[in-house]
Amino acid sequence: MAIIDPRHAAKQLIYERIFRSATLSAAILVLLILGGVAVSLLRGAWPAISHFGFSFVTREIWNPVTDEYGALAPIYGTVVTSAIAMLLAVPAGFGIALFLTELCPPLLKRPFGVAVELLAAVPSIIFGIWGLFVLAPVLQRHVQPWLIGHLGHVPYVGNLFKGPPFGIGVLTAGVVLAIMVLPFIAATMRDVFDTVPPMLKESGYGLGATTWEVMWNVVVPHSRVGIVGGIMLGLGRALGETMAVTFVIGNAHRISSSLLAPGTTISSAIANEFTEAVGDLYTSSLIALGLLLFLITFTVIAAAQAMLRRLESRGGFAA
Amino acid sequence: MNRRALRKAKNSAFLVLSLIATMTGLACLAAILWTLLSHGLAGMSWRLFAEMTPPPGSRGGLLNALYGSGVMTLLGILIGSPIGVLAGTYLAEYGRNSRLSTVIRFINDVLLSAPSIIIGLFVYEIVVVRMGHFSAIAGALALAILAIPVTLRTTEDMLNLVPIGMKDSSAALGAYPWRTTLSVLYPAARSGIVTGLLLAIARISGETAPLLFTALNNQFWSTQLNAPMANLPVVIFQFALSPYKDWQDLAWAGALIITATILILSISARVILAMLQSERGSGR
Repeated sequence: MAIIDPRHAAKQLIYERIFRSATLSAAILVLLILGGVAVSLLRGAWPAISHFGFSFVTREIWNPVTDEYGALAPIYGTVVTSAIAMLLAVPAGFGIALFLTELCPPLLKRPFGVAVELLAAVPSIIFGIWGLFVLAPVLQRHVQPWLIGHLGHVPYVGNLFKGPPFGIGVLTAGVVLAIMVLPFIAATMRDVFDTVPPMLKESGYGLGATTWEVMWNVVVPHSRVGIVGGIMLGLGRALGETMAVTFVIGNAHRISSSLLAPGTTISSAIANEFTEAVGDLYTSSLIALGLLLFLITFTVIAAAQAMLRRLESRGGFAA
Repeated sequence: MNRRALRKAKNSAFLVLSLIATMTGLACLAAILWTLLSHGLAGMSWRLFAEMTPPPGSRGGLLNALYGSGVMTLLGILIGSPIGVLAGTYLAEYGRNSRLSTVIRFINDVLLSAPSIIIGLFVYEIVVVRMGHFSAIAGALALAILAIPVTLRTTEDMLNLVPIGMKDSSAALGAYPWRTTLSVLYPAARSGIVTGLLLAIARISGETAPLLFTALNNQFWSTQLNAPMANLPVVIFQFALSPYKDWQDLAWAGALIITATILILSISARVILAMLQSERGSGR
């Protein structure tokens, strides 16, 4: 009984090689895409880099008429809006994760968790249009006048809340970003908290600790790395977010001390001006902005992934 | 006693704060959905699905944008998902513990969270500049690149869930890994892989930034893949920021259509996953 037909085996081996190399090339393509992004951005940005040199990132000027470009205002806007977003979203995300892991009745755990994840699935343009037509007027009418009235005269801090309440501006962009990254931070923190061994928590409760004490003294120290990883993943999203910000930031290439004034970010400058950019230097400067954004977000996301991975290797957490 | 009261008060305070945080998050979701429904439903009519995007001041629909979004999303998935599935197969089956796989996993997770506008610039550089003009195929390529990391991730996870015994049985029958993968692993992980596809479609169908300077937009009906093509997200972007009431109404209606589609896709993906888990949970 000829179980193994040599011709059949040879054919099988060929198929095997074909399939294996197909999967391998697809996997390598993923590497090539990232490499290609870096190389093509560098090439597109080269005219601007060679023309302006390092001063590109230190100058505030952005003037298409005289063909002079500096990235300081978009960098400033990106950093400030993301900082506002993190300031609001991290405590709120922590609260939601605490609620979902410790307080929530088991019956509601799933629906609430799904609701948070659905908020993450809403496309960013929806946050933008909602921010422009709903959130900005609310902030303009109720929140910003209060900020100007109560904080506008405080020394130092007051400078952040000066000027008329436009509605749109850096602060509004930060708030919209906070709402956008909130579900990512909350979901990651919840997953991280779930990896804490119940034994540790029960030991805390056994010693008479309150829920908050167990949370702060047992769960948080145990999952510190994962928490920071989750926050940085959220930060990566906030830094690169385009559409939600473009709607509400006001798109002004300048740095104002007031958070209520319009500003711009790297991504919204690209989104707004790229198709209208005339002249090679203009286009190239916008691509150079893209390169900057790529470098910043790559660093942040890579650090976040490295941290979450460290946690994973320690105790079976899937990021 | 006093100290104990203080600890309890502190505990309650933080628990109330966490409850407030959760309620705020849910309120945001509710507010967004409510705004979409109230503004979007007002603009809903048969015209949306029968007429083209209008010039300012006249009535019209979103037909060309819906068509363009559909075509580019479909093309994006058709190009991106096979690559994602194959690469995921490599990571799960061939190179499980190799150093290359560790690097690819890492890069893939970075791509998963990378700003989509960067992908748009990349495709602009390699396709639009070469072709000399914006095109639907460039838009589809940008979407494909965004779909790859999602499908890769779910495929690898789902293949890892297939019981090792099934793989061993197939190998014991003399099947090569390719045969095992195609005839045993893929069927066993089918619903999981389909979930990945649904999530990828949900992810790319709402993307705006990568289409801005790849597919651009087109006010007219166009089926040509090498010409600019209308698409829902960019139409929403342009119309919402315009001063014309008709355009803004259309933008809201489009926003409702996109969000409803994406939420339905994400919920079905979740339902499939939940069914999968309960199936595995009930002892197999």
